[in-house]
Amino acid sequence: MTPTSLWGVVLVTSVLAFVIKYLGHLVPTKWLANERLQRINSLIPLSLLSALVVAEGFVQKTHVVIDHRAAGVAVAVAALFARLPFPVVVISSAVASAVVYHWH
Amino acid sequence: MPVGVYGVAFGAASIAAGLSVLQTCLLSLLTFTGASQFAAVGVVAAGGSPLSAIGAATILGTRNTLYGIQMKQHLNVRGWRQVIAAHITIDESTGVALSQVPRGETAVRQGFWLTGVGVYVFWNLFTLLGALGTKAMGNPASWGLDAAVPAAFLGLLWPRLTTTYVRIVAAVSLLFALVITPFLPAGVPIVSCALVAIVMGWRKQ
Repeated sequence: MTPTSLWGVVLVTSVLAFVIKYLGHLVPTKWLANERLQRINSLIPLSLLSALVVAEGFVQKTHVVIDHRAAGVAVAVAALFARLPFPVVVISSAVASAVVYHWH
Repeated sequence: MPVGVYGVAFGAASIAAGLSVLQTCLLSLLTFTGASQFAAVGVVAAGGSPLSAIGAATILGTRNTLYGIQMKQHLNVRGWRQVIAAHITIDESTGVALSQVPRGETAVRQGFWLTGVGVYVFWNLFTLLGALGTKAMGNPASWGLDAAVPAAFLGLLWPRLTTTYVRIVAAVSLLFALVITPFLPAGVPIVSCALVAIVMGWRKQ
C-alpha cells in the first residue's frame, strides 16, 4: 500500500469507527429490539476473526500456502486448548514460527 | 487485565504490517476498538486494498453501535460528554457497566467510565511500547511476529466459541475464507466472510 493509502486507512477507519459508535448513542433504543440484527451482529466478530486467521496465517497475496506461520498457528491452537494465558499463546506461537523460519 | 498484552500485540502487528509508529498510535488513539484495529492492519499486511481494510474494520466495529444503544439509557449524557462516552463505548466498558446493573445506576455509570478511560490509557500506552519494540527488532518474520498476528486473532476468537452453533459459524467462515481466497483480490475474502454471519444469523437456530 502506498503511504497515502495507509494514511487514508488510518484516518477513514478512525472517523468511521467513531461515527458508528456515536450513532448508537443517537438512535432510538427500540432499534435494539430487532432480533435478526442482533443475531447477525453477534456472529460478525466470529466470521471476521476466522477469516483473519486464514488471511494472516495461511495466505500469501492471493494464494493459500503452508509456511513457517502454520507452525505458529498450530502451536497457538495447542496453547489455547491447554487454556494457557494470552501472552503465552502469542509468544509460543512466535517462537515456533521463528524456529521454522530460520530452519529453512 | 489483558489490555496491556493486546496493546503490545497490536503495536507489533501494526509495525509488522508496514505502518509507522505515528500511524499505529493514531489508530489506537482515534479508532480505539481493538478488533477493528487488528482487522485494518491485518488487511494491510495481507496486501489488501484500502477499501477492504476500512470495510473489515468498520464491519467489526458495528457491535459498538449496539453497545451505544444499550449504554445511552444508563448514561444519560449530552454534548461533549456524550462524544467522549461514544468514543469509549467498547467491549470492555459496556461489559463491565452492564455487569453492574444489579448494583444500581451509579455503579453502572462508574463501571462504564472507569473501565473506558482506564482501558484507553493502557491500550494507548502499550500500543506505543509494542510499536517501538517491534521497530527496534527489524525483520518481523525473523522473530516470528508474522505468526503472532494470526495467533492473536485466534486468542480473540477462542473465548467467543462458547456454543456448538458459533463453533460451526467459525468453522464455516474458516473454510469459506480458504475457498474464496484464490479467486478474489487480497483482503476482500476477509470482508466477504461477513456474508457467512449474515446467512447463518438470518434465522433463529
